[in-house]
Amino acid sequence: MSALALSTRNLDKSFGSLVVAKSIEINLPAGERYALIGPNGAGKTTLINLITGMLRPDAGRILLGDEDITTLAPHERVKRGLVRTFQINTLFPQLTALEAVTLAVCERRGEAADWWQNLPSYRDAIEEAYGILVSLRLGDDCERPTHELAYGQQRLLEIALALATKPKVLLLDEPAAGVPHEESGELFEAIANLSQEISVLFIEHDMNIVFRFASRILVMVSGAILVDGTPAEIAADQRVREVYLGSAHHG
Amino acid sequence: MPAPSSLVPPQQFLAKQVRWHPLEIVFWIATLLPFYFFPSYLSLASQIAIAALFALSLDLILGYAGIVSLGHAAFFGVGAYAAGLFSKFVWGEPFSGLIVAAVLAGVVGYATSFIIAKFRHLTLIMLTLGIGLLLLEGANSASWLTGGADGLQGIDIWPLFNTFDFDLWGYTAYTYSLIALFVIFVATRRLIHSPFGLSLRGIRENSVRMPAIGAPSEAHIRKVYTISAVMAGIAGALIAQTTSTVSLESLSFERSADVLVMVVLGGAGRLYGGIVGSIIFLVARDQFSGINPQYWLFWIGLLLVLVVMFLPNGILGGLARIKLFQRGKA
Repeated sequence: MSALALSTRNLDKSFGSLVVAKSIEINLPAGERYALIGPNGAGKTTLINLITGMLRPDAGRILLGDEDITTLAPHERVKRGLVRTFQINTLFPQLTALEAVTLAVCERRGEAADWWQNLPSYRDAIEEAYGILVSLRLGDDCERPTHELAYGQQRLLEIALALATKPKVLLLDEPAAGVPHEESGELFEAIANLSQEISVLFIEHDMNIVFRFASRILVMVSGAILVDGTPAEIAADQRVREVYLGSAHHG
Repeated sequence: MPAPSSLVPPQQFLAKQVRWHPLEIVFWIATLLPFYFFPSYLSLASQIAIAALFALSLDLILGYAGIVSLGHAAFFGVGAYAAGLFSKFVWGEPFSGLIVAAVLAGVVGYATSFIIAKFRHLTLIMLTLGIGLLLLEGANSASWLTGGADGLQGIDIWPLFNTFDFDLWGYTAYTYSLIALFVIFVATRRLIHSPFGLSLRGIRENSVRMPAIGAPSEAHIRKVYTISAVMAGIAGALIAQTTSTVSLESLSFERSADVLVMVVLGGAGRLYGGIVGSIIFLVARDQFSGINPQYWLFWIGLLLVLVVMFLPNGILGGLARIKLFQRGKA
């Protein structure tokens, strides 16, 4: 097994008496694609919020590579390569797609505090942003304000913004949420084609997609990791059938 | 694939937004008209230029970074008192007074920015209001220095370049204020078209996403708040120097509210919004208070209600929409 890109050690979090994370142990090796599945309310998004620093854990540690990042501010984690996308579009409505991605590129390059040179003179940053947009097939619409883009394009822009930060570890929170079934495969094709240097942990409800794209699957139930195994192991696991797939049939 | 030309299309698209629009040049030439056509209104024109600079400073934090302030007069007042006291105790040379006022307002802005950057929404508005009131009462109780409610006595401003006296008609005052406004406007225009300006718009558009793309939002806010305070301080110093008076009014809540109304009337986040708003506000005050000195605010109130109801992006925002609409039809 290759070196770990991201790992958590005994991560705990509760809101009052509600336990949302119970001794979570995740070990994501470099370059792997892991899926995080579980019924609604299992704590999947909360876990991403904990890992990215938008929530503080009550106990436990988060390691990016060998570095302990448990106490770092969210933007400092991004600087070190730990980046997320959002289940609900969290974009810049009035900025054009090009401006939004250029902004993310400038932040990464440390040029975002420059206040004297005109933006168009940052040619490298703009070209890089444009390249990312083209690779996600947003090139033709990059000069339109974000709020005018089609919903599926906005989902892609979510990913474009994350890629502009040059992530080492990418946490995708239901990247295809709300995208019609036939388009979601396409979207995951784009994710699968990401550089093998990027490690990915993604939340997804569509089991076909999960089994197709994940090298390993973590099943989360009531704030705890129930099982952690290869797709074949998960498919054969009786507990998963009962707890996750069983309840999914009811819901 | 890189294009052979010096500009690739995405760059050209961004460059187009930065270029000076012909209307902008027309506007700045028009600012010279009062010298020839309304010489009896030069004092008013000077007041407008100063108010426009103050409004520009508020627009930078309100319209670009999305920081709503009800206490922006704090920095205006600090600048005004700094310039007045400097002329009283050190010397009356105007430029050095302007710089001292800018630095002092910047220091106060930087100090308070650490609190401002940590909060948003109603908490933030109340903080700006509270800080403004603290400074007002501070100046009131320090009457040994500020003159308290009687205003600062003993301001002595020397002629500009030892040549141009601040005359009663306002020739020097308007020239001085207009040059200050123009220079600072050009600098602000550069700032908002820079990567930093883009970051500010990012904070306004989505403060949740900013940290998720690695942006140190708090550092950005501290920086723009300090710059805005410097600009407001210069505006305050200009009022002190051109009118040779400084009173508690320069720190008052009313002044904070007025400048907010000017920016909202003209259109926030549009660079010219505050300028247009200050022209409308002060011309209306001048004209309506001639008719009825007590009730002129009625008309401003009515205009404000109409604008925020029907033109949520202010008067300039409304004009831009008409233009887009016409282009859409053509």
